Amino acid sequence: MSAAYSADEMMAVEASRRLTNDSVCFVGIGLPSLAANLARRTHAPGCTLVYESGTIGAKPEQLPLSIGDGELAETADAVVSVPEMFAYWLQGGRIGVGFLGAAQIDRHGNLNSTVIGDYGSPEVRLPGGGGAPEIATSVRDVFVMLRHSSRAFVERLDFRTSSGERVRLVVTDLGILEPRDDELTLTRVHPGSTVDDVRAATGWDLKVAARVEETEPPTADELAALRALETKGRA
Amino acid sequence: MAEIVTLTEGIRELVSDGDTVALEGFTHLIPHAAGHEVIRQQLHDLTLIRMTPDVIYDQLIGVGCARKLVFSWGGNPGVGSLHRFRDAVEHGWPAPLELEEHSHAGMAAMFAAGASNLPFAVLRGYTGTGLAAHTRVERITCPFTGEVLAALPAHRPDVGIVHAQQADRKGNVHLWGISGVQKEVVLASARSLVTVEEIVDELEPRPGGVTIPGWTIDAVACVPGGARPSYAHGYYDRDNAFYVEWEQISRDRDTFTAWMREHVLEAVPV
Repeated sequence: MSAAYSADEMMAVEASRRLTNDSVCFVGIGLPSLAANLARRTHAPGCTLVYESGTIGAKPEQLPLSIGDGELAETADAVVSVPEMFAYWLQGGRIGVGFLGAAQIDRHGNLNSTVIGDYGSPEVRLPGGGGAPEIATSVRDVFVMLRHSSRAFVERLDFRTSSGERVRLVVTDLGILEPRDDELTLTRVHPGSTVDDVRAATGWDLKVAARVEETEPPTADELAALRALETKGRA
Repeated sequence: MAEIVTLTEGIRELVSDGDTVALEGFTHLIPHAAGHEVIRQQLHDLTLIRMTPDVIYDQLIGVGCARKLVFSWGGNPGVGSLHRFRDAVEHGWPAPLELEEHSHAGMAAMFAAGASNLPFAVLRGYTGTGLAAHTRVERITCPFTGEVLAALPAHRPDVGIVHAQQADRKGNVHLWGISGVQKEVVLASARSLVTVEEIVDELEPRPGGVTIPGWTIDAVACVPGGARPSYAHGYYDRDNAFYVEWEQISRDRDTFTAWMREHVLEAVPV
């Protein structure tokens, strides 16, 4: 019997497991930051965290609340300007993994974080792509973290903010999708979820792998490390 | 050489209706006090440039200072939407807001090109994104390799406004911690104003810090706390609670207007 854990914790733990000691990852705030910091506290202490605010090799004790938190600069191997970050480091091909989130994703991993509705007269104006368009085409592997719903996993995006060509992994609160023959395919379900649950929460006719495995639930060590980070982040 | 001025004088002398103004700060050293002074002086028809328009731009847009916004990410970091920005885009309140939207990589390169006195920036980007159809970007072929790249117009603001930790009496500015695009904004702009936490007799350069020579700056104003509720590394922390409060203050037009009257319009200039 494993300890109780939340859907967000399952997402963070599963994403962290995909990072290695050699990973250099471009991290945003929220679940990606939690996942990358967890990896650094558990199996991948050498994992390099790069925040787009210009901190390379940040080693925060607390979970940062903004990508520009002072502690990121204080603990970083290097702090660079924003033009340098995007030109030398991202465009320069130095970043292996880029985490992205979005409001919508399609079956090819294309993402929308720009508008719901028409671009010129949107129903909902979202914050916009930020770094996403070039992260999506400059890193080797894009990892997407997004909660599953048929409003988010859509047949047709309202707007394409970034390309899905390098999306290798989509971690949701229900399972894992990975590209197979250029289409996102369900490869794992998290404990407590079924293939039908994932299908019901996906707005297109979801491809399902021949064998869908169950994700390993968070271990006691992973949960303890995760909660220590979260507690510190709230303090 | 930069003139040491009050914030009120600095904005009055440097910013006019219809100007293109960049108030920059990437999560750190955001020039809130200068933005408030722009609002108090009731400047309007401004084209506002910023990579990450957040709370201060929500305020500038919500009171009707802006005609156009050039940006790459418009949200309340760690919290969610900017409601005044959304209201302007979605409903034209208090006035329609023209958008020119870019990516972070594009905006950063546009500032760097402006600082370099080049007419355009070149980068590998704006592919696979619908943005390309809605913004100012052209394709350019590398004359050496044949690679097709993105060309973007340089940012050349009429006025660049940034906040820093320190200046000396000659107006040389030093900032440290996350340095964002501050240096590029000052060098790209026709006129510039830097607000600082303090004016010191002698600057003590910090490791990794950025110095902007006073002769590239028009005016320096001493405005302690001028970045609040964002932070100034070594001076004060980010007021995270305020960013959460802003979600509620900004949701409703009347609540927003009342808050702005009490906290900005009727507040005494620094």
